[in-house]
Amino acid sequence: MITRLLSHDLPRNRWLSALLIAIVLGLALAPFLFPGSKALSVAAKMLVFIVLVASYDLLLGYTGIVSFAHTMFFGIGAYGVAIASTLMGPGWTAVAVGLLVALLLSLLLSLLIGLFSLRVKAIFYAMITLAVASAFQTLASQLSDITGGEDGLSFKNPEWLSPAFELFDAPVLGVAVDGKVLSYYLLFCAATVLFLLLLRIVNSPFGRVLQAIRENDFRAEAIGYRTVVYRTLSNVLSALFACAAGAMLALWLRYTGPDTTLSFEIMIDILLIVVIGGMGTMYGAVIGAVLFVLAQNYLQDLLKLGATAFEGVPVLGAVLTPDRWLLWLGVLFVLSVYHFPSGIVGRLRALRLRH
Amino acid sequence: MSSPAIPKAQFDWKPLALLAGVMVLGLPMIGSPSTWVTLTVAGLAMGLIVFIIASGLTLVFGLMDVLNFGHGVFIAAGAFVATSVMGGMGAWVEADNLLQNLTVIFLAMLAAMAVAGALGLAFERMIVRPVYGQHLKQILITMGGMIVGEEIIKVIWGPQQQALPLPTALRGSFVFGDAAIEKYRLLAVVVGLLVFALLLWVLNRTKVGLLVRAGVQDREMVESLGYRIKRLFVGVFAAGSALAGLGGVMWGLYQQSVTPQIGAQVNVLIFIVIIIGGLGSTLGCFVGALLVGLLANYSGYLAPKVALFSNIGLMVAILLWRPQGLYPVKS
Repeated sequence: MITRLLSHDLPRNRWLSALLIAIVLGLALAPFLFPGSKALSVAAKMLVFIVLVASYDLLLGYTGIVSFAHTMFFGIGAYGVAIASTLMGPGWTAVAVGLLVALLLSLLLSLLIGLFSLRVKAIFYAMITLAVASAFQTLASQLSDITGGEDGLSFKNPEWLSPAFELFDAPVLGVAVDGKVLSYYLLFCAATVLFLLLLRIVNSPFGRVLQAIRENDFRAEAIGYRTVVYRTLSNVLSALFACAAGAMLALWLRYTGPDTTLSFEIMIDILLIVVIGGMGTMYGAVIGAVLFVLAQNYLQDLLKLGATAFEGVPVLGAVLTPDRWLLWLGVLFVLSVYHFPSGIVGRLRALRLRH
Repeated sequence: MSSPAIPKAQFDWKPLALLAGVMVLGLPMIGSPSTWVTLTVAGLAMGLIVFIIASGLTLVFGLMDVLNFGHGVFIAAGAFVATSVMGGMGAWVEADNLLQNLTVIFLAMLAAMAVAGALGLAFERMIVRPVYGQHLKQILITMGGMIVGEEIIKVIWGPQQQALPLPTALRGSFVFGDAAIEKYRLLAVVVGLLVFALLLWVLNRTKVGLLVRAGVQDREMVESLGYRIKRLFVGVFAAGSALAGLGGVMWGLYQQSVTPQIGAQVNVLIFIVIIIGGLGSTLGCFVGALLVGLLANYSGYLAPKVALFSNIGLMVAILLWRPQGLYPVKS
């Protein structure tokens, strides 16, 4: 049953399995295990990033394409829900319409970019997507009548998901089941379904062709697969999943703005997570996203301790300030690309092989 | 009987004609000739600065098939070194004396080029060398290098935006009839043309340049003739980084402020330029940079909203015309 759900792509390592089970349980019970709004926000962000990064892994890890436009599709999803909810008033129809339009737009855009530029070298595609994404970001901040410009859009969720809504009169296990908790579980279900779907895709014959293209596109073409078609399909699929992740984020935050969805910083976060977690493994997205979001929210506290300890020392003090946490992740990223390109997951799996 | 001479390769004049066409077309659209002169000088200044930054990147790509996504770090490093130099020599910056002012700028440029060049050497050794020939890893690793570099700049100079004021004598503008031309832009044009001339001279009239051009065309052949192209490449990488540092100083003075994110912002622009020019082509990079600069300024005057997308529109249009860029290097 579980094997079927995981598309016969098991973690294949005891430690990895244990870690994954802990993460799934932790996320499933987060509202009860870690009460408090910050902890729940952190958990929700993990869910969104798991889907977002897993969808990027389909592109980078499985097909071997570097795109810098992934946040664009993420943003389209988030803006879709936000704009529809603002224009049509809160409600499920607004969410559905917004998501649908966003998915369609993502499909069209990714198809266009893919057909236009996937025929050429990887480097070329990376540069084109970088340019397109920055143009889209400018566009979003310029159309301030629709998108709210730099300020973004705050909107109301359907009634069930609004914080004021109480499902039960009495608290369950000491936790009031309000709209926030319900939204969290909506996100959890969505993330689970989307992730399992992605796992299904990469383990299907289609996914095998993608990996063949990644390993040797010339040979894949020679065997008779039209690599352009497969690359474009992979591009479109990953854009659609990113779009869904964006909608999840919008539902959780009840806000969409350029900084939370479209900014280049988020693109860099995605790259860091996918590489450190493990390219081409899918589970790497889960582990990477959880570790990254934890680090983002709690490592800074740890660094603060280090910074106070080395207050007087000139270089160490400056390097250990919580604001410089990205420096350490960047170093880790560079080392990962060199020394363990399959990331944490690949490392754990290699452990077993050596025995 | 003499064999017929090998026909010389025809010089492709169409991109240059396009450049001239854009300038000529700009005149009736803008209307007033004096505004046109101002905008054209501004566009040329911007284009030349962008060319200085991008020339190293495109040569490095042409030579070794390495695209450095971390090129922006050298820009930022150069600009920040300039803030330190000019901050340290504040009296000379404030002095109302053209000679002192120019000296300060010259010293700042020299320091920026030295630092960026040295940084380039280190970058090549530590970041790029282990991943030759692996495009995917190259993109990722140079991106990582850029993240780390940007953070290190924040450690040294702080994360805030820093002012980079122009020296006294270079503020304000010359007025020719109705046309006002900012003094600094004129300086930028002069420096840019000097660099371009120097680059053309080195590439076309020296042995090193001959080897670089030959390497761009066919690396294996140059290697088989006994030249160590890797060593040549390291030199080009360092020189390209130094040029990026110089460009960073000029860009910073152009904006009169510097942020650690300057590298990432300019990166997008220079990528568009080298795509337009044809990856690896110096002349293409030059024409592309000028086109971008001119269009940005013309459209900024005619339709400010459109100006934000002029670069990407230009790129799409050029690629529809010539999918490999203006001057394709390899067939």
